[in-house]
Amino acid sequence: MNELQELYREVILDHNRRPRNFGELENADRVVEGVNPLCGDSMKLYVKLDGERVSDIRFTGAGCAISVASSSLMTEKAKGNSIGELKSLFDRVHEMLTGDGTGAAPDIDEMDKLAALSGVRAYPTRVKCATLAWHALIGAISGSQDRISTE
Amino acid sequence: MSAIGSIAGSVRSAGIAARRADFPALHQQIHGKPLAYLDSAASAQRPQAVIEAMVAHERRNHANVHRGVHQLSQRSTDAYEGAREKVSRYINASGSDEIIFTRGTTESINLVASSFGRMRLGPGDEVLVTWMEHHSNIVPWQMICEQTGARLVAAPITDTGELDMEAFHRLLCDRTRIVAAVHVSNALGTINPVQEIIEAAHGVGAAVLLDGAQATPHMRIDVQALDCDFYAFSGHKAFGPTGIGVLYGKRALLDAMPPFQGGGEMIRTVTFAKTTYNTLPCKYEAGTQNITGAVGLGAAMDYLSGIDFAELARHEADLLDYATERLLELPGIRLIGTAAAKASVISFTLGDIHAHDLGTVVDMEGVAIRTGHHCAMPVMEHFGVPATARASFALYSDRSDVDQLVAGLNRAAELFL
Ligand SMILES: Cc1ncc(COP(=O)(O)O)c(C=O)c1O
Repeated sequence: MNELQELYREVILDHNRRPRNFGELENADRVVEGVNPLCGDSMKLYVKLDGERVSDIRFTGAGCAISVASSSLMTEKAKGNSIGELKSLFDRVHEMLTGDGTGAAPDIDEMDKLAALSGVRAYPTRVKCATLAWHALIGAISGSQDRISTE
Repeated sequence: MSAIGSIAGSVRSAGIAARRADFPALHQQIHGKPLAYLDSAASAQRPQAVIEAMVAHERRNHANVHRGVHQLSQRSTDAYEGAREKVSRYINASGSDEIIFTRGTTESINLVASSFGRMRLGPGDEVLVTWMEHHSNIVPWQMICEQTGARLVAAPITDTGELDMEAFHRLLCDRTRIVAAVHVSNALGTINPVQEIIEAAHGVGAAVLLDGAQATPHMRIDVQALDCDFYAFSGHKAFGPTGIGVLYGKRALLDAMPPFQGGGEMIRTVTFAKTTYNTLPCKYEAGTQNITGAVGLGAAMDYLSGIDFAELARHEADLLDYATERLLELPGIRLIGTAAAKASVISFTLGDIHAHDLGTVVDMEGVAIRTGHHCAMPVMEHFGVPATARASFALYSDRSDVDQLVAGLNRAAELFL
């Protein structure tokens, strides 16, 4: 694989072309706006909760391939999971995207498709594109904020 | 440099072509490809002469200015004030006391907004800007308008990215106290009809500030011929260092306006009852300034003085034409900013590929371009795009840079479209 294919893996290109769970969600329990002031991108995340579990999740917005694919992959992964599971998944994803490798090594198998995002680690200027959706998810399931910024 | 100049005398384009060798940073590989630096509008590279002037000052002459009686302080003061002289001569101010050193265009505009604003703005007054301003020529005016009760008015732009002059003349009125307009737009490349703007503004008694950040690297500036009241520019876009910039102001206005910041150097006498202020230009230079930066800027003025601007204009027009032609060959290309009078700056989008993805892909081909909103969000709003990619050329750019960019864009199209 050359450098470009390492970053823009097939999974990412696919989720960018055909984002899953894209669109508004009526009757969402939580709506969070995530913005990346560095590039002006923004996304809106809609979450429906069934007790402690995410029963449905959708997103809207415009962004680069990395941020759209990351949002799409995140929603796929989040649906059906509990708040507790998602918080620990966030930590592992965050470590995969930003870590220097000294933290708990993410289990690539368990991350399955999400591992496709790991290519951004080599591009510090693009890491925030990948983390935006995940910060929005944490904001939504903790119910603490309705606006998340990467800065 | 003088040798190059004389050799180039007969072969018109060789003079500019040879300039590329003066810029050490251009001669390196990025991701295994030769660097094609097409981000000069964000910050230009510096010629060896500028780097050397700064290093020489740091090695031998550094001390604080205007303060000591010792030899180094004298040398440093001479170098600092010498740089001011160079700027003054280069832009044809009527004297070096009209040249205020600042941190850059942004600080220059903030100075005018604050000092001119406190002197001249009140409820019912208007500040007229354009829709194509950089945020640095919008926000300082918004801030002072909020404080003084004046109103900020923006003249619209057309779909080619030109200032709508009819609307401009309509919006200009006897309530307008100052017109603040960009000379050359960083997001669109548009060269504004500044002569017409200045004459019309003076016709209603308004002062004019020109944001010259993007004009200085491309054209020779003559502030007296322009008859503008203020002219702001940054060292780092004109082949000098960062952290230094210039505010030119007409003496009578600079004399009348209150100081910007308070502190050392800008005072004559201080008692707790009353402080009297220093004369120009020190009145506006509170605290220890960026001395080495000024020396570098002076060297950049020397460098630019050696440029044949008629030849540079031909060189850049040729590059702009060539780049425009090559980009238009790409399916899905959309040029943002197609003004008739345009500097060598091209903003574009390619299909629905996000500008950041374009930026990353062409970087792999060794091409440096700017992606984003270019600190001109109202421009993006006007054209209905969140961001654009922008290739900007300088005197050291050539056709091979364009070819490399096109190769990079083709690669992006393969990947995403
Ligand atoms: C047109 C214009 N005005 C103002 C600025 C601000 O310049 P600086 O950041 O050097 O203060 C820029 C820089 O991007 C510019 O392009």
